[in-house]
Amino acid sequence: MSTTTEVLHQDPHGHGGEHDPHQQHHFTTMEQQFDTSKIGMWLFLATEVLTFGGLFAGFGLMQSKYPMEFIEAHEKLKRWAGATNTVVLLVSSFTAVMAVLMARTNQAKKCAMYLWLTVGCAGIFMCIKAYEYTHDFEEGLYPAKYYSHVGDLIPGSHGYATFFSFYFMMTGLHGLHVLIGMGLMSWLAIRASRGEFSDKYYTPVDLIALFWHLVDLIWIYLFPLYYLIT
Amino acid sequence: MEHTLTSGSVLGDRPRPVKNYLNETTGIKSWLTTVDHKRIGIMYLCAVCTAFLLGGIFALLVRLSLLNPQHTLFGKQWVTAEMYNRFFTLHGAIMVFLFIIPAIPASLANFVLPMMLGAKDVAFPRINLMSFYLWCIGAVMAIGSMVIGAVDTGWTFYTPYSTTTDGAVGLMTMAVFILGFSSIFTGLNFIATVHKLRAPGMGWFDMPLFVWGIYATGVIQILATPVLAITLVLLLIERVFQIGIFDSRIGGDPVLFQHFFWFYSHPAVYIMILPGMAIISEIIPTFSRKTIFGYRAIAYSSVSLALLSFIVWGHHLFVAGESDLANVVFSALTFLVAIPSGVKMFNWLTTMYKGNISFETPMLYAMSFLFLFAIGGLTGIFFSTLAVDIHLTDTYFVVAHFHYVMMGGTVIAFLGGLHYWWPKMTGRMYSEKWGRIATALVFIGFNMTFGSQFIMGGQGMPRRYFNYLDQFQPIHAFSTYGSWVLGSGLFMTAIYLLASLKTGPLAPDNPWGGTTMEWESSSPPVVHNFEEQPVFEHEPYDYRHRTVTHV
Amino acid sequence: MSTHTEHAENPKAETLKYVATLVVLLILTAITVGASYIDFGEGNIVIALSIATVKGVIVALIFMHLLHDKPVNAVIAVAGFIFLGIFLLFDFLDVGSRTNPQPINLHPLPAATAPATAGAPAAAAPAEKKE
Repeated sequence: MSTTTEVLHQDPHGHGGEHDPHQQHHFTTMEQQFDTSKIGMWLFLATEVLTFGGLFAGFGLMQSKYPMEFIEAHEKLKRWAGATNTVVLLVSSFTAVMAVLMARTNQAKKCAMYLWLTVGCAGIFMCIKAYEYTHDFEEGLYPAKYYSHVGDLIPGSHGYATFFSFYFMMTGLHGLHVLIGMGLMSWLAIRASRGEFSDKYYTPVDLIALFWHLVDLIWIYLFPLYYLIT
Repeated sequence: MEHTLTSGSVLGDRPRPVKNYLNETTGIKSWLTTVDHKRIGIMYLCAVCTAFLLGGIFALLVRLSLLNPQHTLFGKQWVTAEMYNRFFTLHGAIMVFLFIIPAIPASLANFVLPMMLGAKDVAFPRINLMSFYLWCIGAVMAIGSMVIGAVDTGWTFYTPYSTTTDGAVGLMTMAVFILGFSSIFTGLNFIATVHKLRAPGMGWFDMPLFVWGIYATGVIQILATPVLAITLVLLLIERVFQIGIFDSRIGGDPVLFQHFFWFYSHPAVYIMILPGMAIISEIIPTFSRKTIFGYRAIAYSSVSLALLSFIVWGHHLFVAGESDLANVVFSALTFLVAIPSGVKMFNWLTTMYKGNISFETPMLYAMSFLFLFAIGGLTGIFFSTLAVDIHLTDTYFVVAHFHYVMMGGTVIAFLGGLHYWWPKMTGRMYSEKWGRIATALVFIGFNMTFGSQFIMGGQGMPRRYFNYLDQFQPIHAFSTYGSWVLGSGLFMTAIYLLASLKTGPLAPDNPWGGTTMEWESSSPPVVHNFEEQPVFEHEPYDYRHRTVTHV
Repeated sequence: MSTHTEHAENPKAETLKYVATLVVLLILTAITVGASYIDFGEGNIVIALSIATVKGVIVALIFMHLLHDKPVNAVIAVAGFIFLGIFLLFDFLDVGSRTNPQPINLHPLPAATAPATAGAPAAAAPAEKKE
């Protein structure tokens, strides 16, 4: 508890030029800034957990209301497509964390490479999903009031439409996050190939990789609930 | 740096800097693109006060509609049931989402919290600005929805009415969705700020209690608001596509909507009250000139209130069709959540005991808070009792209860904080004489308006009803007259506060003899808050070594 | 950025760690897909969600660095899941324990003096099961 006041950062741009150009004026060290950014990203990820979690809750409660219809509707989804997508996303998580490692070990080219690989995996994911959706639509498996599939075991029940409503909402929202992630990763890859990241500053790569891992995490739960419960 | 005026600080003279955050840069663009938390706080203050005015106008219209059962003024009926439904919906939605949730955190805390920590800004200044813009966008959408088709569902948007009625429900719910993100980003910012931007030497238990309250609020904002977001999205999708989640005609469960909605909205009321309590924890020690009693108890109670608030939402569903088991569980847990609030009340009272109390306007508001929040909180306990809830729910008793806690609690605390920090933010002193008159009007008007509603509710008058039995007319009229007294008090407050900007005496750095760090800056503060980085030197509320003379 | 310097000095070891983690995750995926072809009855959902949770925890700890980060990040992550769990718990508590209460106090309506027109339902019958 010192009784003197320190004179710190009165003139943020004039005391010896020791500042990393990325350091914002209200932080005293880059490490403080990095740690704070991480906390901010984790707080945001917590909100995503609760947003998707609400949908999971709705799905679970509707499943307890229509158990037979949901089981039957499960069968209409292609297990292999879901499993492949799971593998693709896990690989993309690997490439994302490798990109962070490359950034903080000053390997800019490899960082960019891993980022583009992540984008590529995400692209494969979206293609498989597009294929699935197309196939579902051909069979009349539309969401909500557009559901037009014939041959259900309990005709007239709302459960099937509700299942597919949730399926398209959740995979749709997840897919939206995949697209956003692809955009962010591409932007990062371009910046990485320009040499903007190093062991001194790789915060954006770290934070966006965290976002990407969450996208993967959500799919890790989506996959069994929609494709594997029989 | 030129110094032409002395600040006349209670703690010693210091030259007043000529350049401060208000005049360092000028022009509207410098304000709209600022990342200075103080300017963002001021912009938010103007914004939420405008929203309060709009919500207040709708409140006056609601009360005016109910002046007599024929809904006449000077012999002519001027309002229909449809108009009335819209009045109370818009009053509720504007007050909840545009005013009371953002008000204290985004305006007062934005200004003061970084300074209390000895920081130069919040953790993410650009996100702070983005939060403000999201508020503006949400406000425009909400007002747009009023113009386009209006909403008559009540601010709670219960299904299946909200999924099937005409009106601009979609636009209003999307406005609230956007406002939710504004709230999330505010909370996110404060949590990160408290974790990482405290002055050197300041530990968690060295922070002012205001910071604890805002931190706890941020926790709720992060964890609860996303569920509101997804609820509103589901509502909209149900409305447009009929997925069959909330509408029983297509296989849904309306009670599920209420679960989703209240999982956010109950913690939301703690987003409303915790900042208010945080302000009271600042005002009372300062105006009692005594250190706060039970610092750790109050700090812990803020956090536990935030956490406990998440496990009681079912008490809004007691008569909605919730199972008996869930009813009992939620009832028991709701009794539990009253305890931390009680802890605070007793600690504040004990702080005042044998203190050197003075009765400036902030303290008058703080004492009003103690009285009004006690009533509001206690009547909340009545509702957690299942047997009583069955009779009182959806009557004016609950309307009175939540106005006592939200208005008698949060708004009163907001006004207290506004007066407390007015000298710091504006560099001017307001007129104490008019402050006391207005406070009296607000207090009297408030109790007239809402105290009478307890009686009405107990006698069975339902809420949101346009038509009512003749026997209730005298009480309804009395409540309406009370609303005019209350409104005049608030109007008077606005006038003398705005007038002080031009004609108020210049404020010293520390007019009240406060001990927290924001009082060490000049009034108004310089752009970077402090001329020198403050180092944590003494505990907050440490009055032992002060000989304070009154301004 | 000193939190990671000790790791950054050995990128090969880090890479190996990530590869091993990926392999474990892929194996778990194969297990969960395989288990879905076997009928465990009620156990299927428990197994599937348990394996998913294990995978999720591995992703969080290793790929998202929670194991080596400052604890505050892990607290935030866990808090999100805990409160989601609270939401699920109480919702299922309610939905799962709902009975179908019938009115217990109904008296048959007095006989109508006017002939019953369409739209005068005999409400004496207990409310039909409402969905």
